[in-house]
Amino acid sequence: MDVLDVARWQFGITTVYHFMMVPLTIGLGILLVVMHTMWVRTGKPEWLRMTRFWGRIYLINFVLGVATGLVQEFQFGLAWSEYSRFVGDVFGSLLALEALLAFFLESTFLGLWIFGWGRIPKKVHLAALWAAVIGSIVSAYFIIAANSWMQHPVGVVTDDATGRPEQVDFLAVLTNNTALAAFSHAIVGALMVAAALLVGIGLWHLRKRRLAGLSPEDVDHEVWRRSVRIGGWASLIAFVLVAVTGDYQAKLMYQQQPLKMSSAEALCESEAPAPFSVFAFGKLGSNECDDVHSWTVPALLSFLAHGDFSSEVPGVNELQEEYAAAYGATYPDDPSFGDKAGEPIDYAPLLAVTYWNFRLMIGMGMVSAGVGAYALWATRRGRVPTSRIGVYGSLLAVGAPFVANASGWIFTEMGRQPFVVYPNPDVPREDQVYFFTAQAVSPGISAAEVWTSLIALTVVYGALAVVELWLIVNFVRRGVTTSDGSPTPGHTPDGDPDADVTPGSASTRRPDDDDVLSFAY
Amino acid sequence: MDLQTVWFVAVAVLWTGFLLLEGFDFGVAALLPVIGRKPADRHLMLRSIGPLWDGNEVWLITAVGAVFAAFPGWYATWLPALYLPFVLVLFGLIIRAVAFEWRHSHHTAQWDSTWTNVIVTGSLIAALGVGAALGGTTLGLPIDGDGVRVGGAFAGVTWSALLGGVAVLAYSIVHGAVFLALKTEGPVRLAARAFARRWSLVAAVPLLAWAGLVQLREGTAVTAVLWLVAALAVLVAWASIRLDREGPAFTAWAVVMLASAATIFGAVYPVVVVSSIDPAFDVTIAEASVSDYTLTVMTWAAGFGLPVVLGYQAWTYWVFRKRLTADPETPQTATEEQVHA
Repeated sequence: MDVLDVARWQFGITTVYHFMMVPLTIGLGILLVVMHTMWVRTGKPEWLRMTRFWGRIYLINFVLGVATGLVQEFQFGLAWSEYSRFVGDVFGSLLALEALLAFFLESTFLGLWIFGWGRIPKKVHLAALWAAVIGSIVSAYFIIAANSWMQHPVGVVTDDATGRPEQVDFLAVLTNNTALAAFSHAIVGALMVAAALLVGIGLWHLRKRRLAGLSPEDVDHEVWRRSVRIGGWASLIAFVLVAVTGDYQAKLMYQQQPLKMSSAEALCESEAPAPFSVFAFGKLGSNECDDVHSWTVPALLSFLAHGDFSSEVPGVNELQEEYAAAYGATYPDDPSFGDKAGEPIDYAPLLAVTYWNFRLMIGMGMVSAGVGAYALWATRRGRVPTSRIGVYGSLLAVGAPFVANASGWIFTEMGRQPFVVYPNPDVPREDQVYFFTAQAVSPGISAAEVWTSLIALTVVYGALAVVELWLIVNFVRRGVTTSDGSPTPGHTPDGDPDADVTPGSASTRRPDDDDVLSFAY
Repeated sequence: MDLQTVWFVAVAVLWTGFLLLEGFDFGVAALLPVIGRKPADRHLMLRSIGPLWDGNEVWLITAVGAVFAAFPGWYATWLPALYLPFVLVLFGLIIRAVAFEWRHSHHTAQWDSTWTNVIVTGSLIAALGVGAALGGTTLGLPIDGDGVRVGGAFAGVTWSALLGGVAVLAYSIVHGAVFLALKTEGPVRLAARAFARRWSLVAAVPLLAWAGLVQLREGTAVTAVLWLVAALAVLVAWASIRLDREGPAFTAWAVVMLASAATIFGAVYPVVVVSSIDPAFDVTIAEASVSDYTLTVMTWAAGFGLPVVLGYQAWTYWVFRKRLTADPETPQTATEEQVHA
């Protein structure tokens, strides 16, 4: 593999990994705000315990998201310096604004929230969590606006002297319709991740308590039950919103990047009305569209693309020719294109990747919503499910929305190849701004260097994933009670959560020893 | 002042803020094996930076973001020239961040000492590495006329990069000691004070050397005065710590960094990447900068955003202003201030 391929693998691995933590941070943050607000409003102990339990998981996960996010900010310069030079006038400012307006808010107030229990007024403490979670949502907006500008560059003209895009309308970059669609889709997708976690873990604890003969009257029962109910509803509502925003996004994509959508549908020839492919077979890996055959639902694709059952949807073969005519059949014979200089350009993304990731995303989202519905049904009117399959299935399905999120991003990023900045079809051809992935990589670095960092980062990330999972599983198994089984702090509605720890537990040892509710160190 | 200069100053301020703030948490972490002999002491030291380190680290993210946003030509020259060293810095920052949070997420002696070591290692690597990167860009990196590194993967790791690395690390360690003397009570305070007393003069030497070198090559009369201020502040800090006056010592030691960084950035201006091959290959703010329109947008955003950020960050420092003690009998979350509504 040459530098370009290694650098692409590195970007893919580090980014997909980072995006395991991110949706959990965003989604769980939103639900955590609900729990903490409910505690401050009602003073009921179950809300406090929920806040502390889910808050701990939130923090274990948050820090890995922060740590892996650092790599993201550096690697545009490290491995993709030509890309960074090209997009500098737009892309860098969005990253800087993300740091200034979102990351400071997020980390400063999260520090205040962690260490502020019992030290600052209750409502100020709650406001700190709000600020931190708002920070994480704002950061999602900026980074998605940056990504969406690569998918659909707006607000720029070409600078004749440098040939690079020059920003002329910052507001257009911020209100890019691609960004609005992707942002709303990503936020509700993140909510599905957190909802699935609440459902899976809550059901598991409910069943365990039931089998152990523990009373359904006490606070902890209420903690798990409420977690499942909130998770179940959040999962269903978020799924509906995911479908609505996803549909809007798909229709936009048909205008902005038709090749991505047609290849996701393995639609080779233009058809009117166009059928929707349910399952493809044949040689999907060959990237020759005509080797692929599908089971289809007639006219459904026309509906998904244009909202009616008769419109024409362009096929991969025809689009390939259009793009080759507009942007050249071969890469320019220029050293900045590396090994690709003078080679023919394949404008269709990898069919197998786009086709299957698109279906994996939708399928896993459906699985997750199904589990949410099951959880609501199984816990209706105070019931506790004892079905081993149901409960362990729900626990396993915690992974489903993670997979859906990852495959969605893999689809949208791989689907825009061979461009790293995709030409915007709404702009006349001569004014279009675009950039090939093949010319984006840093010119001075060797494949050996990128291999070194790729292997090192992958090994470290792998080890950290093991520790994070182990910590979370360990923590989840212990549940919300203190080690001596006594109820956890917070039974006086207005009480300081730490001041009234049961005698003989926290007061005789280091504050955070064994107390699973402790936050600060 | 034109906007490019404004943003050069803004980027310099962000880097200085990072070195000042993250400096003391790097230092406290590096001192864990030196001052934190007992578990309770180490615990106290970590608590002193616990609520602050993550917010401090955002200064780094913002500094790098601002370099990219205002001077993509700097970002795209500097980072690939030091590709592997930067990856090593990232590695240090990653393991350090997770170690802070994960260290107290499980409780065995083995677990504790493992993650303590990770915090120490990560902090040492990160302080050295960031310093080396800044030393490289201000003293010289082997880049050609296209801004591309010449001479292989480690060509950027020169003596000037090493000087920058040692300077930041040494400064940070004493900074951490002074911070601990100011923030804690009991044996940690005494040990930190003794450490600062012994090492503050020595630790300032590489930083003054780095600033002095940049000054000799490119400095002006103003930056020469700044360098003298830095040197004077070292003496004031040293005298204050000898007199056990921790507040003035902390302030003076902060001035050491402020004045040194002002000397370095002031002297190197308007160059952002110095080429060690040929001064004609130096990257200047004019070549590296984005358009005036983008700089204008960012100036507005930063003009409103930065004061707010400074305000709430200062406020959290104020909330956690109390001296900490290592008393296992008084859980810190409950006793210090029962201001719960």
